Amino acid sequence: MGWFKKSPWLLHYNATSCNGCDIEIIACLTPLYDLERFGIINTGNPKHADILAVTGSVNEKSKQILKNLYDQMPNPKVVVAVGLCAISGCVFQDCYNVLGGADKVLPVDVYVPGCSARPESIIDGVLQACEILEEKYAQQKKAKQSSPKSQTNQRQGFNHE
Amino acid sequence: MNSISEIIQSWSIIERMLAFFLLAPIAGGVLAGIDRKLSARLQGRYGPPVRQPFFDVLKLFQKERILVNKFQNFPIVLFFLFTVFSGALFFSGASILLAIFSLALAGTFFILGGFSVSSPYSHLGAERELIQMMSYEPMVILVAVGMYQVTGSFTVADIVQHQASLILYLPGVFAGFVYILTIKFRKSPFDLSMSHHAHQELVRGITTEFSGPALGLIEITHWYENVLLLGMVYLFFAFNPWLAIVASLGTYLFEIIIDMNYARFKWQLTFWSSWLFTAVAGVSNIIVLCFLK
Repeated sequence: MGWFKKSPWLLHYNATSCNGCDIEIIACLTPLYDLERFGIINTGNPKHADILAVTGSVNEKSKQILKNLYDQMPNPKVVVAVGLCAISGCVFQDCYNVLGGADKVLPVDVYVPGCSARPESIIDGVLQACEILEEKYAQQKKAKQSSPKSQTNQRQGFNHE
Repeated sequence: MNSISEIIQSWSIIERMLAFFLLAPIAGGVLAGIDRKLSARLQGRYGPPVRQPFFDVLKLFQKERILVNKFQNFPIVLFFLFTVFSGALFFSGASILLAIFSLALAGTFFILGGFSVSSPYSHLGAERELIQMMSYEPMVILVAVGMYQVTGSFTVADIVQHQASLILYLPGVFAGFVYILTIKFRKSPFDLSMSHHAHQELVRGITTEFSGPALGLIEITHWYENVLLLGMVYLFFAFNPWLAIVASLGTYLFEIIIDMNYARFKWQLTFWSSWLFTAVAGVSNIIVLCFLK
């Protein structure tokens, strides 16, 4: 028990961000902040990831890619919206092509505010996401115990339109 | 130390195999943890705890099982079984040749696993793994040949009992073996097919499509493999067990330092440099031994 908290692997997707928040996420990996001391690895592969960190305001082009990445991640999984753009669209929210936030496409679990979000707050957000990951695993296990047959091919992911 | 070796000698083959099966993943996992901690310290980072590889694997076994096709995990299970089999053969004192060939078969199943899915990253990783295998395999065979020339036996039990020091007869073979160990440990500059470091151009190469329990199994197999390879390093210094253990660990630390200091090579350079090193160090050593005997 509690292994998700000890080894959360992160996938970062830039959904049309200005690169400000992306630089801050990369800064978390540097010797100064060193995400790996918590066991967090930036994987770059959705099939290995537990946490999806989304930056940027999400537009029509990046919407489908974001959905695909989320669907390819094995359960349990959480989404962290990093930066004001991923929360609400920030100054871009009135643009004709912008959806305005990652929660328009995915069920977001943790919001990390800031323009751009600071590395300290990103690390805090990711560690809060780990707690939610544990909760989701516990729920999943409970659901599996109550109905073992229906679980065989069930994927709790995003429902396709 | 003598008492320990006497106890080991009093065990039957089955008991030795069981001991390897149970102890090797623990030793391999701790080695992997030390690797990550030391790598982080060399880069000026704090680094994860030494137990981190165990956390990772336990987490991976809790993740959902996603299969791309029916046959995806089948080669991975065989990869695991044959690696454990070759390690068990080696540590029970059976033929070193059989252990080496079984390990090569395990590697082949890993490549088949990479080819069994349709991801282009996985295919490219599998192709690179094939190239790596062609690079290191001649030298691994030469290790067995060199040991046979000195001790007159392919059996690990006889090689360990040999009184003279193998390293004095086989310095070239040992140097060549350390060179290709970098490939086997999947360390930079030879981590072409998949890398343990977070980011690389092939996503995750040959393991791209493996997730959850299958990925955990690949990781555990890698630990078994590392312990087996360090066991082969041990044989070179087997005349003095303490020296042999220090030499095995020293080799592992040396590989970590190489890993930290080199950028990834292209496959061409990997291929011809390892064959050149095999020819210059390994083959010439064996030719010299032919004239001495």
